[in-house]
Amino acid sequence: MLTLTCPYCGVTAEETELQPGGEAHLKRFGPGSTDDDFEAYLFARKNPKGVHFERWRHAYGCGKWFLAARDTANLQVFGTYAAQTPHPTPDIVALVQAARPDWQPDWTETAPATQAETAEKGAH
Amino acid sequence: MAEALATITEIATPGMIQIRADLDRAGDAIAEAAGLAIPAQTRFSAAGDRWLGWMSPDELLLILPRADVAEAVAALNDALTGEHALVLDVSDMRAGFDVIGNGAGEALAKLAPVDFARLAGDGVRRTRLAQVSCAIWPVGGGYRVVGFRSVADYMRGLLQGAARPGTTLAPR
Amino acid sequence: MSDNHSFRLATGGRLIDRAYQVPFRFDGRQMRGLEGDTLASALLANGQLMMGRSFKYHRPRGPIASGAEEPNALLGLGRGGRFEPNQRATTTPVVAGMVTSSQNCWPSLNADIGAVNNWLWRFFPAGFYYKTFMQPRGAWKHLFEPVIRRSAGLGKAPTEADPDKYEQAYGFADVVVVGGGIAGLAAARDAAAEGKQVLVLEQNPHWGGRTPTDHADGQGRVDALLAELRALPNVTLRRNTMATGLYDHGYLLAREALADHDPNQGIPRQRLWRIRAGHVITATGALERPLAFAGNDVPGVMLASAVRDFIGDYAVAPGRRIVVVTNNDDAYRTALAALDAGLEVPVVIDARSTADGDLPQAVRARGVRVLTGSGIAGVKGYRGVEAVKICDQTGSGDVRETVEADAVAMSGGWSPVVHLWSHCGGKLNWNADSVFFAPDPARPPLGADGKGMASATGAAAGDLRVAALTGAVQERSLLPVWVMPEHATRKARFKMWLDFQNDVKVSDVELAAQEGYESVEHTKRYTTLGMATDQGKVSNINGLAVLSKALSQAIPATGTTTFRPPYTPLTLGTIAGEARGEIFQPLRKTPMHDWNERHGAHWEPVGHWRRAYCYPKGGESHAAAVAREIRAVRASVGTLDASTLGKIIVKGPDAGKFLDMMYTNMMSTLPVGKCRYGLICSENGFLTDDGVAARLSDDTWLVHTTTGGADRIHGHFEDWLQCEWWDWKVYTANVTEQWAQVAVVGPQARTLLERLGGMDLSPEALPFMGWAEGELAGIPARVYRISFSGELSFEVAVPANRGLELWEKLHDLGRDLDVTPYGTEAMHVMRAEKGFIMIGDETDGTVIPQDLGLNWAISKKKADYIGKRAQERSHMTDPNRWKLVGLESLDGRVIPDGAYAVASGRNGNHQRNTQGRVTSTYFSPTLNKPIAMALVLNGPDRMGDILEFTNPGGEPVKARICDPVFYDKEGTRANG
Repeated sequence: MLTLTCPYCGVTAEETELQPGGEAHLKRFGPGSTDDDFEAYLFARKNPKGVHFERWRHAYGCGKWFLAARDTANLQVFGTYAAQTPHPTPDIVALVQAARPDWQPDWTETAPATQAETAEKGAH
Repeated sequence: MAEALATITEIATPGMIQIRADLDRAGDAIAEAAGLAIPAQTRFSAAGDRWLGWMSPDELLLILPRADVAEAVAALNDALTGEHALVLDVSDMRAGFDVIGNGAGEALAKLAPVDFARLAGDGVRRTRLAQVSCAIWPVGGGYRVVGFRSVADYMRGLLQGAARPGTTLAPR
Repeated sequence: MSDNHSFRLATGGRLIDRAYQVPFRFDGRQMRGLEGDTLASALLANGQLMMGRSFKYHRPRGPIASGAEEPNALLGLGRGGRFEPNQRATTTPVVAGMVTSSQNCWPSLNADIGAVNNWLWRFFPAGFYYKTFMQPRGAWKHLFEPVIRRSAGLGKAPTEADPDKYEQAYGFADVVVVGGGIAGLAAARDAAAEGKQVLVLEQNPHWGGRTPTDHADGQGRVDALLAELRALPNVTLRRNTMATGLYDHGYLLAREALADHDPNQGIPRQRLWRIRAGHVITATGALERPLAFAGNDVPGVMLASAVRDFIGDYAVAPGRRIVVVTNNDDAYRTALAALDAGLEVPVVIDARSTADGDLPQAVRARGVRVLTGSGIAGVKGYRGVEAVKICDQTGSGDVRETVEADAVAMSGGWSPVVHLWSHCGGKLNWNADSVFFAPDPARPPLGADGKGMASATGAAAGDLRVAALTGAVQERSLLPVWVMPEHATRKARFKMWLDFQNDVKVSDVELAAQEGYESVEHTKRYTTLGMATDQGKVSNINGLAVLSKALSQAIPATGTTTFRPPYTPLTLGTIAGEARGEIFQPLRKTPMHDWNERHGAHWEPVGHWRRAYCYPKGGESHAAAVAREIRAVRASVGTLDASTLGKIIVKGPDAGKFLDMMYTNMMSTLPVGKCRYGLICSENGFLTDDGVAARLSDDTWLVHTTTGGADRIHGHFEDWLQCEWWDWKVYTANVTEQWAQVAVVGPQARTLLERLGGMDLSPEALPFMGWAEGELAGIPARVYRISFSGELSFEVAVPANRGLELWEKLHDLGRDLDVTPYGTEAMHVMRAEKGFIMIGDETDGTVIPQDLGLNWAISKKKADYIGKRAQERSHMTDPNRWKLVGLESLDGRVIPDGAYAVASGRNGNHQRNTQGRVTSTYFSPTLNKPIAMALVLNGPDRMGDILEFTNPGGEPVKARICDPVFYDKEGTRANG
C-alpha cells in the first residue's frame, strides 16, 4: 500500500486516503479531432513497467488532484507535483533521471508553455 | 473495570463558514473580516470563540458562534468584493465530537491512518475515520473530530468502540 | 505399546508456573495443564502425544515442532460462535476452561475410518485428483466432487457468529524490529542509540527466542538487553504480536493477541496493527528442518529443537528413551538437554562421517553412543515410536541394528525465516556452506525512496549461532542430507514425509519431476507441497532439494516458491476490525430519518443512504403501501424526503462556461431565478447523471445530482477544473448535507405550502421551473418549482437542522388534505408513468442520451461538452442502437424487470437473438395496469408492434410498443 506526499498540503497520505486517477498528462481531444486521436486519448494508455506519471486525488484530505512520478515495477516514488502542467516539470524530470539515468522523456516540447503564453498564442 | 480511553461527547455544532479564494491575494482581507490570522498550511488559528482552519490551498473553514454567522458571511463577502471567491454558510452539514482523555490519541489511532504524535498543537488533519472523511485537530485534553452530519451515528459508534475500557494500545 | 509416552518432568520448565493448574478439555476428556503451558505442552504432559490426523491419509500425528511452524497439531478450539478450527496447539496458550477437539478424524482420533486411505497410498500419488477425475466428464459433478468435498478440508467452519470483538490500530515507527530474540533486541538497542523511534514485535509471550534454551547464561544475556531497552523512552516492546506481512512502502501488518481464547477479559480478542515502518529489521530467527527418513511422521518423531523446547521450557518429555538423529552439531544440544532432564539417550545417529565438535564430544563424555556415517532406515510404530532401525547413511537401508526408543529428535539443519524479507521483493542467496537460502543484503525489498526498506539480522540473516551475542560454542559443518539413507529404496521413499500437513512424500516430488514438472511452482501445485496452512515452513527446503536432485540440478537453479503473506493465518475478525454490526459501514441518515423510522418506513439503501422505500400502515404490504401513496399524491398531496439529492454550488466568472462543458445542454443561458433539467455524460459519451440546475445569481448556480451521484459528480467537476481548465475561475462546493429537502407534490401542494405562510408561491410569483427564496413558517427556505411526478410540485430546501421542523409542520397542517409521506418506490412509479428516465434504470454505463430520446436536452449550438466527441463515434450514431419506448403488456401481467425481447434466429453461442430489453417495469396504480420502459431496436419507429419478452420459469410476456409517456401526455397537471 503506497504512501504519497500531497504537494498541495504536504501531508504524506496512505493509499486509502487517496483516489487513483490513471495516467497523467493526457492531452484532451474533443469535437473535430480525428478518430485516431480521439481513440488514443480515450483508450490508449502507456502502462509501462518502470517510470510512470500518474494522477492521484487527495480525496480524504485537501481534495486536490496531484501527479506522481513513480516506478511501477519497484514502487519507488521519484516525486509528486501539481496537476497544472501539461508535462512533468523539469524538477521532476531531474529527479527521475537522478534515479534512472537511462530514462528519457517521450514528449517533444523542451519546456512546458506557461498559461500566459498559451493564452497569448491563442489570441494571435 | 478499567476506564474508557477517552470520553466521547457530541458537540452542538457551532456556526461554520466555508471560504474559497486565492489566499495569497485575498488573505489579508479574509483575515480582517474573519478576525483571525490566516493559518499556515494544515494549521489553524484561534482566538476567543473563533477558529480558522486551513483546509486546502484555496479553502478555509471559519468556525464561530451561530449567532455571528450571518454577519460574518456579509463581512467576508464585502471584504472579497471584486475577488473570485466563495463564501458559504455550511453550519448545518457537519457533526462534531470531542474525544477527551489520556487515551484520546490511542482511540483515534484505531480509526485514522495518522501519526497523532506528530500532529502539531495547532495542526488540522483531514483524513478518514474508518470509512468516512473527517477533520481532526487538538483541543484541550484531547481532539475534536468533525465529519458529515449524515454519518454522526456511525462516527459515534466508531469512537465509542475505539475508546472502550481496557483497550489501551500500551504494550502489555 | 500405548502412545502415552510423553509426561511432565518433576522439575524444571522455564515458562511454566507449577503453582497454577489450568483445567481444560480435549475430545471430551478433562485434563490439567500449568500456567504458561501451550496446548501442545499441556497435552504432552497429559500423555496425549497424538493430536490429529493428516490431511490425505489420516495418519496419526503428534506435534513435530514447538512453534508457529507446526504442521500437525491443529485443533478445534471453543464452542458455538467461538469455535475456531485449525488452531496451532504449539502457539496457543492453554486457558482455564478451554474446550479443544481433534480434527480430520471420524468417529474418533484413535479409530479414524479415513485412515483406510493410509492403506491405499499407492492409489493416491501426486496429481491423483488431476489424473483420476478427468473422465468421464459428468462423473466429476455427480460422483467425485461430492465425495471429495465431504472428506476434504481440515477442521470445520463455525456456524454461529463470532461474539468476540476485534480491532485495528495504526502504528508508526522509524524502525520496526520483527523478532524479540537476542539479535532483534540488540538491533533495537543499536537503532535506539541512533535516536530512532523503535518498535519491537515478538510473536511469543516471552522474549529472547532460542537463546535462553540453547546457550549457557542465555537468559541472563536476554534479561540484560531487555533491561537496557526498557529504560529507553524511544523503544516500545510489544509481545504476543505476530508480524504477518510486509507490503509496499514499509507497510507492515501484525496481529496482537490480547485476550485470545479468554473471552472473560472483556477486551478485544485480537488487534491488527497496520504499521508504517521507516525501516524493518527482520530478526525472525531460523526454523529447523526435518530429515526425510522412512516413518519420520510417526508421533514422537520431532524436531530436535522442539524436543529440547518441550523439556526446557515446559518440563515435558516426549518420551523416556530419545534417539537423536542429525546431520549437524546443534542437535547434540537436545541430547544434552534430555540427559540433564534425566532421560535416556540410547544413541545419537549422525549422518556425517565424523562428529568431533565440542557438542558431540560433550555428549560422548556423558556416555552416549554416537554413530557417525549412519542414518535411520525406518521407525517402528504407528501411533507412537517403538524402535528405530539404524543403517549406513551412504547405503540403501540395510538395517545394522534396531534400538528401542519412544521418541526421536531429528535435525536436518536450519533455514533462516525469510518470509517478511521476501514478501515485498527481497531476494535470496543460496549459501552452499551452511545449506540454506538467506537474504541477499544487496537486493533488499525497496521502499518509496528506492532504497532498501528492510534488513535482516541474526539467524534470519544466516548467522545461525549469533555467537557475538549468545557466546555460542563453535560448531562443525553440517552435511546436506535430503534423503536418509542416501540410496533408500523406492518403498522407503513412499514413507518419507516432506510436507506433513498435506501428506506429500519424497516419492511424490520425485514422481512430479519424472512427469516433467521442472518448475518448483508447478511441482508445488501438482503435489500440494507447501500449500497447507503452515505454508510449508518446515517442508519447503527439503522439498525443493529433493526436486533438484531428481532434476539433477543445483538447488539455487531450482529456486524457491514465492513467499506470500500472511506468515501465519489471520482471523477474519481481525481483518474486519471494527467494521461489523451497527458500524459495518456508514449509514447516512437524513434529518428526517428518525421520523421516517417512527412512521414505519421500509428502508431502501441508496449508496450509503437509507431512504424510505414506502411507509406501510398496519399490516399493509409494500405494494399496497406504494399504491396508496401514489393515489394520495395524485389525488391531493404527498411529501418525499429528498434530502439525499446531491447539491453542488458552482460559482465564479467562468461558472457558466464550465457548466456548459459539464452538461449536454446550455446552462450559461439559464436566467437567474430559473431551473433547468440537465444531463451529465462521461468523456465516453455515456449518460452518468442528471438533475436540475438553478441559477442563484449572475455567477452562481446550484446543481442537483442523483442521490448516489453527489460525491462522484463533485469529484468529476473538480477533476476537470483542477486538471484541464485550471485557469478557469470557478469554485465548487458540495453542500448536499447543508440542506434538508422536501418534495411537496400533488394538486394540493400549493394549498399546503401556503398554510406555512411567508412566501408567495402563486403561479405568477413562482412559475414552473422557477425558484424563489424566502421564509416558510419562519424557516429560511429555497423553493424550486420542479416536478418529477408530473404533478404540481415544489421542492423545499431548508437548513438541515430545521428539516424535521418543516416536515412535521407540513404533516400537522395538511391533515385535512390527507398529506401522505411517500417513498422512493412511489417516486419511481410516478416518474415512470410520466416517461421520465432514472439513472441506473434506463442507464447502465452503455447508454447515451440519444438512446433515451433526450435529444432535446443536448445542445446543438455548443462546440463542445464532455462526451460530445464520443457521441459522434460511428457506433454511437448507428441508427440500429436500441432506443427508448414504452410497453403495454397485452395480458395484464407485469413484464419481468430486465427481460429481453427475443428476435428470430440464434447467435454464434446458440442463444436466441434479442432486439430489446426492459429497463423499468411497474404496475401503475394510477392507470390500473402494468407499464414498462424498454430499449428496443428501431423502437420509436415501431409504435404498435408486438414484442415477446423472456420470462424465466413462465410463459413469455407479449407487449405492444407505445409512447413512454403513459400519463398526462399534455403535461397540464404540473401547472396545478
